[in-house]
Amino acid sequence: MNTGRYSVTGISLALIAVVFLASCERPPVDSVQRGYRGTGMELVINPRSLEESIEANMPPEPLPAVPAEGPRAGDIYQNVQVLGDMNVAEFTRLMVAITAWVSPEQGCNYCHADGNLADDSVYTKNVARAMIAMTQRINENWQSHVSTTGVTCFTCHRGKNVPEYIWSVDPGPERASGFVAQSEQNIASQAVGYASLPYDPFTVFLQQQAKDIRVISDTALPTGSTRTIMDTEKTYALMMHFSNALGVNCTFCHNSRNFQGWESGGATRVTSWHGIQMVREVNHSFIEPTGEYLPENRLGPLGDVPKVNCTTCHQGVYKPLYGAEMAQYYPWLSRVNEAVMSSYIKGEQVGKR
Amino acid sequence: MEYQNIFTRVQVDAPTYPGIPLGKDEIFRGGEPIHSYWAGKIGDAQIGPIYLGGAGVLSLLCGFIAIEIIGLNMWASVNWDPIEFIRQLPWLALEPPAPEYGLSFPPLQEGGWWLMAGFFLTASIMLWWWRTFQLANAMGMGNHLAWAFAAAIWLYLVLGFIRPILMGSWSEAVPFGIFPHLDWTAAFSIRYGNLFYNPFHMLSIAFLYGSALLFAMHAATILAVTRYGGDREIDQITDRGTASERAALFWRWTMGFNASMESIHRWAWWFAVLTVITGGIGILLTGTVVDNWYLWAVKHGVAPAYPALDAIPAQDPLLGADQ
Repeated sequence: MNTGRYSVTGISLALIAVVFLASCERPPVDSVQRGYRGTGMELVINPRSLEESIEANMPPEPLPAVPAEGPRAGDIYQNVQVLGDMNVAEFTRLMVAITAWVSPEQGCNYCHADGNLADDSVYTKNVARAMIAMTQRINENWQSHVSTTGVTCFTCHRGKNVPEYIWSVDPGPERASGFVAQSEQNIASQAVGYASLPYDPFTVFLQQQAKDIRVISDTALPTGSTRTIMDTEKTYALMMHFSNALGVNCTFCHNSRNFQGWESGGATRVTSWHGIQMVREVNHSFIEPTGEYLPENRLGPLGDVPKVNCTTCHQGVYKPLYGAEMAQYYPWLSRVNEAVMSSYIKGEQVGKR
Repeated sequence: MEYQNIFTRVQVDAPTYPGIPLGKDEIFRGGEPIHSYWAGKIGDAQIGPIYLGGAGVLSLLCGFIAIEIIGLNMWASVNWDPIEFIRQLPWLALEPPAPEYGLSFPPLQEGGWWLMAGFFLTASIMLWWWRTFQLANAMGMGNHLAWAFAAAIWLYLVLGFIRPILMGSWSEAVPFGIFPHLDWTAAFSIRYGNLFYNPFHMLSIAFLYGSALLFAMHAATILAVTRYGGDREIDQITDRGTASERAALFWRWTMGFNASMESIHRWAWWFAVLTVITGGIGILLTGTVVDNWYLWAVKHGVAPAYPALDAIPAQDPLLGADQ
């Protein structure tokens, strides 16, 4: 009798444990100490999911190199605006690579009109041109974030026409009228790690007119800071996005006892800071202007152009593609023609903090 | 060996007893008493009747209105979808007004609903407090319960009423909602430079954990001496028996000091009450007189210094730049 009762209790406890632990990762996990002992500055790595992640984030083999000589592509082909200074052989190689990175199924015709490579009538060609300029700008001017590793089309596209991780202004769920109006938070949202924090920190922080991210006072006693708890929740939401996008927790950049202190955090935080500035410029100068070409079905629910955030490149990894140095095989993606570039850059960043 | 069982062994059950006759106040006492074996497992087997009184009825009414306002706002935020309402319930909230409204009464859908819900919830809690006070008086009891409850109400009022008024904005108050109030708590701590460095927060935690520890120590001690009549605690305050002696010896041998049958209950009451009193003081000082608790702790030598993370410490990229 007692045995029966104990086994019923045992089975119920096991079931409860399964329900509560189902979403947890099983041990063991590795941890890497990054700071002074006892401060909890650690990275936690699950070796099993790391293995999967590495497999999912492998770069393709570079195409065989071609001699860097021969006539200019701009002289041979018509209407080569951004890559005109390349020699023809390298130009063709890059076109082949881009096709594999962005439109492996549709091929050249995804961007080029059938029979006339110079024709600009396909919208994707105009977008691709802006994106190539963007890639050059990132590799040449944003080494503070991408270092010499750089980026290629593949960093975001991964063989897809449109990068998988993009964002547009989130109108939020439909609400009944009469009660509380849009609060831009308090709904389960993947974008902020299923917290009830504001679900669209991108519109707030990752555009030209960005809000100030810093919310914590830099003085012990009140000296007139007007930053509110609601401001803090917005910043918190953005930080949740960073954490998701890079597959790391707060201590990757911060010592959480003193979030605002630069000296107690890592150099990683400085790299991230430049990344934020970079994303703001990329969205403003390169992505948003493609709205001129994009068909309606490519736009967000409120009609804005889908933009980039950290996940667009990082895809859950602290360094995109685990730091694979892909860009070095395509040096023309890192060379800027100043005259061309100046036609893209749309002015200085407004908010910087 | 029955006394060693850690679960309740005695069914406390007796013929139904509703309490003394109440005369004209009889209408406030309601509910036909029932007897439940399972209730008897954890307490008295008799359930009911309940005496609400005028304050109790009004309290329930106000509480109902508050929950209704909060619930309808939450439901409206998923467009009256009943399935989404249940699925999203932990995330849904009724938020206080935005900062630009200060202490004014904003339009209902901009936070006015929050103010109304807050008013009715506070009224409900205050009326329930008054009921606690009244009931204890009616029983000829002391008012220890009412004052302990008042301490908790102090923390509640600091969070939702007193501090927002001192800060000049309702937006500083807590939203109604399960995850949202937790996210608010985390954001509140971050905004004010880490609440763990707030000494009153430290005290509050010490009293909170201390309460749990005292509770466990006291309960275990009494259960352990029940075989000697230690469960007659109140008797033994003034008429110390062998149970009391043994328990006292146990603790004196363990740590050199023992509480008495009387003082242990005062310890417990003060620890519980101080948890929320010190907590309330800590919240009240945050943002009003201290804006960053970490920097405050550094200034006063509370926070230890650690070596920088990297050989060349990271620096604010905007340092020296025109911000």
